[in-house]
Amino acid sequence: MNLFAIAFRNIVQRGFASILTTTSMALGVALVVMVLSIGWLVTESFDRNSNVGYNLIVGSKGGALQLALNTVFYLSKPIETIPYDEYLELIPGKEGRKNEIERIGGRVEDPERAGIFSAYTADGGFAIPICMGDYYGPFRVVGTTSEFFDKLRHGRAGDQEYKFASGRNFEDCSKENGFFEAVLGSQAAKTMNKKVGDILQTTHGDPDGTGHGEEFKIVGILEPTGTPNDRAAFINIEGFYLLENHARVAPDLFRPDEKKVQVDRKSGLDQPARLPLEKRDVSAVLVKTSQGIYAINMTWSINKRNTQAVSPIEEIGKLLQVFVTPFRNVLLILTVLVCVVSAVSILVSIYNSMNERKRDIAVMRALGARRDVILYIVLIESLMIAFGGGILGWLLGHTVGVVGSGYIEENTGLQVGMFNTISIQELVVIPGLIVLAVLAGIIPAIAAYRTDVSRNLAS
Amino acid sequence: MLRIENLKKSYRLPEGGDIPILDIPSFQIGAGEQVVLIGESGGGKTTLLHAIAGILSINSGSIHLDGIETTRLSEQGRDRVRAAKLGYVFQTFNLLSGFTALENVRLGMTFGSGKHDLNRAKDLLNRVGLGERMNYKPSALSVGQQQRVAVARALANRPKLLLADEPTANIDPTNQQMIIDLIRTCCSDENIALLMVTHSMQVAGQFPRVNRLEEVNHVAKATSKPVGV
Ligand SMILES: Nc1ncnc2c1ncn2[C@@H]1O[C@H](COP(=O)(O)OP(=O)(O)OP(=O)(O)O)[C@@H](O)[C@H]1O
Ligand SMILES: [Mg+2]
Repeated sequence: MNLFAIAFRNIVQRGFASILTTTSMALGVALVVMVLSIGWLVTESFDRNSNVGYNLIVGSKGGALQLALNTVFYLSKPIETIPYDEYLELIPGKEGRKNEIERIGGRVEDPERAGIFSAYTADGGFAIPICMGDYYGPFRVVGTTSEFFDKLRHGRAGDQEYKFASGRNFEDCSKENGFFEAVLGSQAAKTMNKKVGDILQTTHGDPDGTGHGEEFKIVGILEPTGTPNDRAAFINIEGFYLLENHARVAPDLFRPDEKKVQVDRKSGLDQPARLPLEKRDVSAVLVKTSQGIYAINMTWSINKRNTQAVSPIEEIGKLLQVFVTPFRNVLLILTVLVCVVSAVSILVSIYNSMNERKRDIAVMRALGARRDVILYIVLIESLMIAFGGGILGWLLGHTVGVVGSGYIEENTGLQVGMFNTISIQELVVIPGLIVLAVLAGIIPAIAAYRTDVSRNLAS
Repeated sequence: MLRIENLKKSYRLPEGGDIPILDIPSFQIGAGEQVVLIGESGGGKTTLLHAIAGILSINSGSIHLDGIETTRLSEQGRDRVRAAKLGYVFQTFNLLSGFTALENVRLGMTFGSGKHDLNRAKDLLNRVGLGERMNYKPSALSVGQQQRVAVARALANRPKLLLADEPTANIDPTNQQMIIDLIRTCCSDENIALLMVTHSMQVAGQFPRVNRLEEVNHVAKATSKPVGV
């Protein structure tokens, strides 16, 4: 019989105690795997969102974090708005502002000049307005333009286009639905059980607010992206403005009405009337500068105005620092504790069995087994329990992830497979845990090594 | 085969002081010779067997086993000699309870350098009449059957000397004789020297050579109860 067979026999001999030890090891490892998977989920969902596809958010003065939370994650309370005029300053290119004014029509200052920041966003940059405040079921409604899905990219590398699982992007003014078209994020569509062709009506202010009467036709459903956009409903900004209570009533304090001139709409005269410029507000503008370096200059200039510009990456980074990193550290400490407990349980189990086994050990010595052979046998036992329990627990931990993947995907948009959550930590911690458990076997192994043969044979 | 010279062994008491147990100027067993050792309880018979097996360190003297002076060897060296040249049958059977009869016998050749011969293990079990029960655990065997497994195990490594410490003390008279016969025939078949401790005069009477420990052991008036003053 080789030493492995002997060690295995000993484990089997201890029966229930061995099962308990292996189970405790397995549960420990499974717990560690789950803890690490949660860590992976948190980091991954942040990483996915750190590349939002734009490098500046322009919005009202106030908390930078709140602006980012609102704009990137659709979280936190609705924010103050800024006048549409601020968006006009950001539209790319010399003619951008003028064209937009002529497209919409309304009262505005100095309609002929170029937008102040138009040079920064020209040549590959963009400025996309978003309006928030309404809800569709539990989901935030985002009023925006079709550029949102044309120009934004997502994914870790920021190179993934938004794709439609069904239908299409909304149009500024379509033949069938005019300004009233909507696109749903994958999760929103699933939860609300809507498909292309269905009707969407928003509620004002909060999920329980009163409904707006206007009906939007759902023309597209997005593919899952793992971003907060999965959990949002998008409507054409032109339709948004036409909803009740969405037109500004208060005057723009920074732009006196007397300086404004009326510009009539020049394009789309065959279309229904749009909300005029002077009554429009936006919640934020997503800006991408054509050169990354422009963002610094632009931020500085914008912050001197009555608006502010924040960097989404910077704010997400801060969030990660403030919330996620400490959270992960706590998880890591828990993990280490679990490791120690598992190792100790192996130690206790084998050590407890040593007393009953002194005679067996003495017999084996009497049969010619060297001291070190006895040591190896006991070490192999802890090795088997550690590996057996470890691998079992590892599979168990990942299986739990797979079982919960539906729920996780629903809530984070992240797909959890059997092994895709494996992180560097896991590759270090799990083998480390197994090694620790084996090391725990050294103490009983030494006790076995020291067993006095003569005394334990005397009966 | 076995030659002991000037063997001295004493135990140190926890409260101080030594109790001498063994003082054997000379003791020998020839190859294939079968010897019975009798003596008072507490006289040191088991101690002597442990010393011969090398699982107990002695104070002075020498033990030669098959030409090797084991008392000069390191512990590992004695382990090796024990694995190769000695068989041991205990009073209580000391089978490993987690292992089947066959596995217990195979353990007898696991730790030596000799080859692991599964057929010999099966052969031995057949010889002790347990061919049908090779895969039984000790708990499923009778006391007599367990001791037969122990005999088979002690012979597994083809020893030169078999030490048997009251092998039939716990066995009923019929089985007792069977075990004794088994041990004796196996030993003479394979030319194995035998040193058997027994309290049974009936058993001792069957042997050509019977030694009283007190004859060979010159310890200063070995008291059967040295403690408990
Ligand atoms: N580890 C020990 N420490 C101290 N004294 C011991 C130890 N082991 C044995 N003894 C003593 O050594 C003496 C001899 O013991 P041993 O077991 O060799 O006697 P024995 O002849 O085999 O007796 P029995 O016939 O009853 O089996 C006894 O008095 C015993 O108390
Ligand atoms: Mg004895």
